[in-house]
Amino acid sequence: MEFFLNRYRNLTVLLVAIVAQLVLLAYQVKSNGEVRLIRVWAVSAVTPLARVIEAGRSGTVHFVRDYFVLLNVREENQRLKTDLDRTKMDNQYLRSELSTADRAKSLAIFQQQSPSKTIAAHVIGNTTGVGAKVVIVDRGTGSGVQKGMAVITPDGIVGKVTSAYPTASFVLLITDPSFAAGVISQKNHVHGTLKGQGYSTVIVDYVQNEQKVEPGEQFFTSGDDRIFPKGLPVGETTVVREGKSYKQIFVTPSGLQNGLEEVLIVTEGVHMPIPEVQPTSQPVHLQDPPPVESSDSSTTDGAPAQAPAQPPKQSGPLTTDADRLVDQYRKIGEAEKHVYGQSAGGAPNFNINLNPRPADAATAPPGAQSSASSRAQSSASPPAQSTAPLPPAAKIPGAKRP
Amino acid sequence: MSDLGTDFRLDFSEPQLLKKGVSKYHIAAIIGIPLAAILFQVYVPRFFERLSYLELPLLVTVYFSLMRRSPVAGVLFGAGIGLAQDSLSHNPLGMFGIVKTLVGYFAASMSQRFDVQNAGVRLVLSFFFCFFHQFFYWVLGRALLGEALDLDLQTTLVVAVLNALVAVPLFHILDKLKVTG
Repeated sequence: MEFFLNRYRNLTVLLVAIVAQLVLLAYQVKSNGEVRLIRVWAVSAVTPLARVIEAGRSGTVHFVRDYFVLLNVREENQRLKTDLDRTKMDNQYLRSELSTADRAKSLAIFQQQSPSKTIAAHVIGNTTGVGAKVVIVDRGTGSGVQKGMAVITPDGIVGKVTSAYPTASFVLLITDPSFAAGVISQKNHVHGTLKGQGYSTVIVDYVQNEQKVEPGEQFFTSGDDRIFPKGLPVGETTVVREGKSYKQIFVTPSGLQNGLEEVLIVTEGVHMPIPEVQPTSQPVHLQDPPPVESSDSSTTDGAPAQAPAQPPKQSGPLTTDADRLVDQYRKIGEAEKHVYGQSAGGAPNFNINLNPRPADAATAPPGAQSSASSRAQSSASPPAQSTAPLPPAAKIPGAKRP
Repeated sequence: MSDLGTDFRLDFSEPQLLKKGVSKYHIAAIIGIPLAAILFQVYVPRFFERLSYLELPLLVTVYFSLMRRSPVAGVLFGAGIGLAQDSLSHNPLGMFGIVKTLVGYFAASMSQRFDVQNAGVRLVLSFFFCFFHQFFYWVLGRALLGEALDLDLQTTLVVAVLNALVAVPLFHILDKLKVTG
């Protein structure tokens, strides 16, 4: 045995190391737990170093930023000499804008306004997994953070706590391939499961092809997963495609759009309603009604304006069949000297031919033209235009049907 | 010619000559460099996401295993760095550990057959071990954890090439930390 171990010492050490790690791995998979002690040591060892590096980095960045801000202030003072009052006003406005836009303050405002109880945390590092989207935040069990808590920003959800240690926690981002959360669309309230893909876009799975989701539609958390409270924004739909059995819905997460430096860990979530889609209230222009045309004949002879039912005068080009019919009846009325609604003897003869052929006009005696043509049209096959029933739109007020 | 080759192999396998090729480092360097590599992987990709493809802990494992020329040391280096990396990931402990243990062992074994001071040899070996690392991690993830991991061969090869290109100057810098005499 000793000879064997000496001869194959390297291989033996390799086998021992591999088997020991396999046993460790099997224990974790089998018990669905983790070797907490080793992780606590590692995280506790790395967190202070990461904090020191982060403090150094942020200090340097702030110093550089402050330096350039001071340079701007100097230039601004030059301009203040020329236009002092106006620049003061602008400066005041910009200062208030800057303070409002300040990320930390907006986070604090959101924290105050949100009904859920949250803890603010700084992202201090990434984890070391291949392709994993997991970050380390500087709040742990000492601050009340527990595994499974939701992590959000004022813009939307960020991820969930997968491990909590005394001084730090691991947050699985929503872009990680192993992430999943229940979501609901804003407009049609379609339920689905949000899944990460390993890059910036996430997908909403398990939405039937028959259900309606439109590009640009917002998704919110549904609260079904018992991690995220209902009503938190998730992101905007960018692409919707028909899949084999489920739709392929790609969503741009709103919580990760503005970088990830400060986050809120939800310690006590409160469900909120999904905000309703605001209707597009674009103003619609309505033209003024046309002025009432006063008839010259009625005003001159003293008759009331509405009494005679005049066929409308065709002023513009004929656009519809009804216009053409009205125009034709007006011409017939003029040809037969019939005033609609006033002349005795009922309706005029609508079957007269207003456009006789040149040959007919030459052969036929004067005065016999109208009656001959009307007889011919009434006995023989009449043109469709004259015998067709009067459409309702073409009815002339006061005129009787022949 | 064959005599020369035989002589070379014989000479090279002599324990005394092998001992000559072994590099020694200060204990602070042996602890500090892997720790710095892990910290780099934890912290830097936050601001430069593309640098997340840089596997500095793996390159450090390969370097120390090559330079120590001892499979046992390679196994211990690989297991230690791998487990430290595991403990800072959300994966079960042992995934990186097993892969880096194998990398350390094979790197140390190969160092007994190649001139590991040569930049070309370092480039090829770094490329090979980066690819092996990615591939074996994928195999372990699928076989042991049942994870549906994707292996994009093209991306893996590109990542291996990039890591190998970084490895050559990095190894050159690390050579400066050798304890001489």
